[in-house]
Amino acid sequence: MYTFSSKLKTFSFILMAVGLLGIGYGFFTAPKDIKAVETLLASESHGEHAAATAHEAVNSHEVAASTSGKSEVNEATEHKEHLEHVLHQLQNKPWAAFYVACIFFMLLSLGTLAFYAIQQVAQAGWSPVLFRVMQGITAYLPVGSVVFFVFLLLAGFHMNHIFIWLNEGITDPKSVDFDKIIAGKSGYLNFPFWILRATIFLLGWNAYRYFSRKNCLAQDESNDNSFYKKNFNISAMFLVFFIVSESIMSWDWIMSIDPHWSSTLFGWYVFASFFVSGITMIAMVTVYLKSRGYLQNVNTSHIHDLAKFMFGISVFWTYLWFSQFMLIWYANIPEEVTYFVTRIQVYNLPFFGAVVMNFLFPILILINTDFKRITWILVMAGIVILLGHYVDFFNMIMPGTVGGSWFIGVSEISSLAFFLGLFIFVVFTALTKVPLLPKRNPFIDESKHFHY
Amino acid sequence: MSNKVIYAIYNDDDILMDAVKKTRAAHHHIEEVFSPFPVHGLDKAMGIPPTRLAICAFIYGLCGLSFGTWMMNYIMIQDWPQDIGGKPSFSYIENMPSFVPIMFEETVFFAAHLMVITFYMRSRLWPFKQAENPDVRTTDDHFLMEVAIHDNEEELVSFFQSTGAVEVKVIEKN
Repeated sequence: MYTFSSKLKTFSFILMAVGLLGIGYGFFTAPKDIKAVETLLASESHGEHAAATAHEAVNSHEVAASTSGKSEVNEATEHKEHLEHVLHQLQNKPWAAFYVACIFFMLLSLGTLAFYAIQQVAQAGWSPVLFRVMQGITAYLPVGSVVFFVFLLLAGFHMNHIFIWLNEGITDPKSVDFDKIIAGKSGYLNFPFWILRATIFLLGWNAYRYFSRKNCLAQDESNDNSFYKKNFNISAMFLVFFIVSESIMSWDWIMSIDPHWSSTLFGWYVFASFFVSGITMIAMVTVYLKSRGYLQNVNTSHIHDLAKFMFGISVFWTYLWFSQFMLIWYANIPEEVTYFVTRIQVYNLPFFGAVVMNFLFPILILINTDFKRITWILVMAGIVILLGHYVDFFNMIMPGTVGGSWFIGVSEISSLAFFLGLFIFVVFTALTKVPLLPKRNPFIDESKHFHY
Repeated sequence: MSNKVIYAIYNDDDILMDAVKKTRAAHHHIEEVFSPFPVHGLDKAMGIPPTRLAICAFIYGLCGLSFGTWMMNYIMIQDWPQDIGGKPSFSYIENMPSFVPIMFEETVFFAAHLMVITFYMRSRLWPFKQAENPDVRTTDDHFLMEVAIHDNEEELVSFFQSTGAVEVKVIEKN
């Protein structure tokens, strides 16, 4: 049995407390109205930024003048509209920072769950000694789902503007906010249907997690393999449900942030991102528990296998990243390419930095067989991969919510710290509940003697 | 001085593995082991150093990547930078996404083929090569260990008979 070290527990509480304070600070300092934005922009307009906005103003002035002729009136309204735009971005910032960290950790534990289900269905002979570690990580899923679902409800009740298609009047032709494209999608993108889908998906994933763990524990006490077979069957059914729900989930929760844009391989791309994060997290927790002497049956071959998965799925993520990017870049169709234009122009470092962290670094360091067995190299690669995929989610969500007002500051780091603390607390508490080695799994002996 | 060797023949890979370990423990130098299929762990038991073929492949891959990059840069950017369908041919980086499939394939092509050729050269394999088979049964269902003799013929013969060999032969090699 694992005992939660008091140091780690204190560390997780500190992370949560500091995170909460920072999140509160982020919401508190977000500008409340246009006046606050005006003073904020005025205080900023000393350097290049002023020149850029001035230039922008002149441009919009010219356009306005040529179309309407009432240039002075238009300049005032343009200025007001610009302020409103920036206000919404800045008000979104703490919400979006919270959302990125929230969805990242929830999907990370979902990725672990998918990996776990695949191991069950594939009847893998190496991984049963790691099943309890995986079950520990997926224990975050129910907790993360609740927080996430509450966030979706808040968005639905117009507490924030993360999802612009949820705004009032956007589908109403009489409203000034009417958007014909979004109105055309409102058969799919409407709040009741959207929240219903979210409910079904979250319940489905959590139900699989609950019953799979229950059966796994029952198998320990059983005299035959009936619970193992049950787990095999529900894992296979879960994987079918998962791949459908995962794809729809990625449209609902991430792609709908940019409702004018669509991509067909987006679901796979999101999947690869959180799948590799999940596998990396399994490796990190395993290495930690092993270093504390809790996993006697885990040897360097198990670690090596996890590292190979980290390496392979990192490359798979890159393949999808590049396929999505290159196809859109190559054809250069205006309604698709704006997605990447924003990211390259405004998010240049995070956009390409994510490729360096998620591809270049892992491929160079994890290609070596010996390196895959060295703990500190694996931990270093794991930290870079996890941070890299946080940045990946940041790149997917931030441009559509805060646009040019992005910054990795107090709000972002605090949200990440809060969810990391919560994650550590929930996962390691769950690990103390049951023995770390399944007893009667049909493959457990093979797994104990696994050697590569 | 004659070049005598012992051929100890086995018909089971587990017995072979034990014999190899015993031979190593008795400090007899194993010249060669012939086997019809890969025996897992045989190289470790014989104390053969690990292969460096993977390192070669990595370097060949880098060569392929460099070649692909150089070729596309020379053809598409330096030599004749045409405007083809609006693709930006001003610098390599601007048009790089369209070169990535080629760079990737060159990397894989160089890594794979040069590694295979390296393997053939290092293991001396080519068409019309004279087969070096000491006993035709070793390609079907027998294993053969070859150990050189230095004035200790009787001792070696009795040693290998005790290791479970189905046949121990003393052969004059030239």
